[in-house]
Amino acid sequence: MTVTEDRAGREVGRDRRRKEDARLITGRTMWTDNVSLPGMLHLAILRSPMSHARIDGIDASAARSMPGVVDVITGRDVADVQGSLPCAWTVTPDMAHPDHPPLAVDEVRFAGEPVAVVAARDHATALDALEAIEVAYEPLPAVMDIEDALADGSPLVHQSLGTNKSFTWAFDSAEEGTGGDAAAAIDAADVVVRRRYVQQRVIPAFMEPRSVVVDPTPDQITVWSSTQVPHFVRFFLAAVLGTPEHKIRVIAPDVGGGFGGKLQITAEEFISFLVAQRLRKPVKYTESRSEAMLSAHHGRDMIQDVDVAADRDGTVTALRVRLLANMGGYLRLLTPATPLLGRYMYNGIYKFPAHRFECTGVFTTTTPTDAYRGAGRPEATFAIERVMDDLAAELGMDPVELRRRNWIERDEFPFTTVTGLTYDSGDYAAATDKAMGLLGYDELRREQAERRAAGDRVQLGIGVSTYTEMCGLAPSRWLGSLGYAAGGWESAIVRMLPTGKVEVLTGTSPHGQGHETAWSQIVADQLGVPFEDIEVMHGDTRTSHKGLDTYGSRSLAVGGYALVEACKRVVEKARPMAAHLLECDPADLEFVDGSYRVKGTPGASKSITECALAIFAAHDLPDGVEPYLDADASYDPVDFSFPHGTHLCAAEVDTETGQVRLRSYVAVDDIGKVVNPLIVEGQVHGGVAQGIAQALFEEAIYDEDGNLMTGTFVEYTIPSSADLPDIVTDRTETPAPGHPLGAKGVGEAGTIASTPAVVNAVVDALRPYGVTDVRMPCTPERVWQAIRNGGGRP
Amino acid sequence: MIPAAFDYVRAEDVRTALTALADGGEDAKVLAGGQSLIPMLRLRLAAPTLLVDVGGVGELRGVRDDGDALVIGSMTTHDELMNDALVREHAPLVAQAAATVADRQVRHVGTFGGSLAHADPAGDLPGVTLALDATFSVMGPGGARDVPASEFFVDYLTTALRPDDLLISVRVPKLPGWRTHYEKFQQAAQAWAVVGVATAVRRSNGTVDEARVALTSMGSTPVRAHTVEAALAGAPATADALAEAAGRAADGTTPMSDGIASADYRSHLARVLTRRALEAATG
Repeated sequence: MTVTEDRAGREVGRDRRRKEDARLITGRTMWTDNVSLPGMLHLAILRSPMSHARIDGIDASAARSMPGVVDVITGRDVADVQGSLPCAWTVTPDMAHPDHPPLAVDEVRFAGEPVAVVAARDHATALDALEAIEVAYEPLPAVMDIEDALADGSPLVHQSLGTNKSFTWAFDSAEEGTGGDAAAAIDAADVVVRRRYVQQRVIPAFMEPRSVVVDPTPDQITVWSSTQVPHFVRFFLAAVLGTPEHKIRVIAPDVGGGFGGKLQITAEEFISFLVAQRLRKPVKYTESRSEAMLSAHHGRDMIQDVDVAADRDGTVTALRVRLLANMGGYLRLLTPATPLLGRYMYNGIYKFPAHRFECTGVFTTTTPTDAYRGAGRPEATFAIERVMDDLAAELGMDPVELRRRNWIERDEFPFTTVTGLTYDSGDYAAATDKAMGLLGYDELRREQAERRAAGDRVQLGIGVSTYTEMCGLAPSRWLGSLGYAAGGWESAIVRMLPTGKVEVLTGTSPHGQGHETAWSQIVADQLGVPFEDIEVMHGDTRTSHKGLDTYGSRSLAVGGYALVEACKRVVEKARPMAAHLLECDPADLEFVDGSYRVKGTPGASKSITECALAIFAAHDLPDGVEPYLDADASYDPVDFSFPHGTHLCAAEVDTETGQVRLRSYVAVDDIGKVVNPLIVEGQVHGGVAQGIAQALFEEAIYDEDGNLMTGTFVEYTIPSSADLPDIVTDRTETPAPGHPLGAKGVGEAGTIASTPAVVNAVVDALRPYGVTDVRMPCTPERVWQAIRNGGGRP
Repeated sequence: MIPAAFDYVRAEDVRTALTALADGGEDAKVLAGGQSLIPMLRLRLAAPTLLVDVGGVGELRGVRDDGDALVIGSMTTHDELMNDALVREHAPLVAQAAATVADRQVRHVGTFGGSLAHADPAGDLPGVTLALDATFSVMGPGGARDVPASEFFVDYLTTALRPDDLLISVRVPKLPGWRTHYEKFQQAAQAWAVVGVATAVRRSNGTVDEARVALTSMGSTPVRAHTVEAALAGAPATADALAEAAGRAADGTTPMSDGIASADYRSHLARVLTRRALEAATG
């Protein structure tokens, strides 16, 4: 083993407790809501109680005259200047894209839509003033069901569009030349399984509610926001509201979770910005939990019609998918693209010869949907992994056996799938075999057979999910070709200070991921400096000005690449200085363990920190060396990375009450090389928990009038640790080709894999009862009802 | 998430609390542990003009042995109920049910009396007091009076307490020779009961002499399943007989259909859980 490899192993690959945690768990944090400025006003937003109504008038005179109230601003007051909240992805040329005023002007289209804002000297006064505002609403019909919304004669969400359809996007492998004719294959098949799965609407429920502070008094208007995307916020504030971009600074300080829910340009950010400019005073808006539940974008919410065709021996011959996706009342930043982010993944890990996919986006009078952990890929994985289990049952095959028959073998990579994506690497058999061993698959199958034979009140089911996902958003060229407004590159700046300490500026914007720790580990190895000597800074457009933020499991896969490149450039930049000090040719130096060594001359070396000081002093710089030691680099991925894995779940179902208990859960993930196993384990645990939550617990429910019935954590059931099984995690490791760290993404894998694993386990337990599906979330009542509908007896 | 304005009195003793309540009139409200009231205030679902905080009234807290009964102070917390030696010995049903309330933090702050006076039909402790035939000791401007559990719970979030009343303590009869069990069904570990069943059974040899069954979340108040109790009186303590009786658990009840569960499912659960509770209490 060479010294260089030894060095590389010192930090990367090691469990490191997170640098961030001490400050986060002792409350020494800078959340946006902690920002307090002299003369700051507090905002409260009046939200529509109706899902669909015309605003005939707003009387804010009583509120305006309350002591402590500075102003009340309605949509009409700012109609000419407030612009429209952006949607960054035009998924089809004819996509219907109605305006989305931050403050509703004439009409509201979901319950919770902002209609007026109060600015007051304190928060309590602002809230009290909301109750004094009178709004005359003329109710309009609610549009709640996405199938009904497409029917002739349906009431319209946006009258001017003449339809509730936003777009239809289709892919056909025969037309694209990437595969055969799915319709023909289905017609000719031995076996066809047709299923309708429903992805219920869920609420991201990040821990820190959204908050925004705007200070219009400095030369650069400064915006603090609890966001995943400070760079996007700056761009769109400038692009939409007309304030020059160089006059805006956006800071995402400590951010308490996002899960995609803060991958958004929010009405609240626009409103706060407008009010601050108008009143020329700093303002703060922090939402309540109830407002977050009601008005921050929701996730999922689609109907999936899936047909899979196969030969008797289990070889799948075609897959056809039709989606109806609920957009909600408006298109937000990525609303139409979110269901489509799974468009190339419905074929999963399989070698299907023919595929057709179609997705229609539909407006309803509900809170807009948008990215939620996994964004499109969990839905795709759910559909394919559920239908593979159903096909196995139809064929009388073991579900793992059916997958083996169809998946891409290790020696077939890189493999171009029926959708045209090229998967870089993977070893599905290795991950699956490992997971089966850890779960005790064969023993559990035996126990299942015994329980079935005995007619046990508690039945056992085993759920299989063999997933892959595309992450590392994203090649800019690919994004551009699909109508996205931005690119997908990432950047890093590394600067070594005169004392040898290092500052890193990253364009990623962590909100719980632990980049400060992982990035320090990477830099420590690259520059040969101690982990503690590195400071990672992010989330401020003044300092980390180049970046595209954090979402889509992209930060390490894309930003990590840029970081390694920037470190390498720093090493190269100091090399002439080292050669000068050592009086040798730069080409004779090797950089090992933080030092430049003269090859073949033991003992002749200069550390990079010595070079940093010499460069800073600049007393004797060699030609062409500048008096500072820093470098930046960017990276635009040439392709996605494709983590994969096998998750297995054993569930006990009480057939009397319908209650599901997860007995064991095994997650074997292949995410390439790992920088910090502890952080990865945390990501997998959290992701699996969130996926289980969709499978068994969470659902945003509206009544027929469009009132959100699950507006608090009493009605919206988020599981706690007491509801979750012990999770056994393990990994296989297929390094990502072409990535300097060999790393893929892990932020969403757990969520993507776990939901179908759990539902498959529930359905597997109940197949003898005639059950072929249980709609999510598989609450006890739904399970009980499914057993009754199935006949109630094995 | 900021309550509407209200006045606040921190009572030193029962007398000052009663005076403050009397002065406060219809819109005064007692603040006990605040685990139900404060969320309602923050959501502005309730807007009392005066809160009388009895958190500092020491005489309302604690458990006392009173011969054939325990007297449990209204400000005794759930955590204290779970861990109190007297409660565990003489009223294990109370300790068992208290342990299922919400989470650890709530149990350390939420109180027995607060939970009973709030009278949420999905609350765990109201049904328990009904099954145990507890008696509520109430003090008002006119003096003290006792209210049996069967008359205390009047309707959804409504009790026999008047606005100027204070719940002082609850007298829980010791039930020597009885066995009890609380069977709670919930969708998540920290959720409210979808249905709960509190049972107390006295048996001799192979026969059930007497059984009491109280149901949580099967109507606008906790209710006793009298038809089950009648069917069990003198019945053999066999699985079949218990199942037969439990099959009537939903008779005469009016469970709600809501976002958590349908009335049908609640009725089904009442039957299943009653059988399980009876099996546990006779096993």
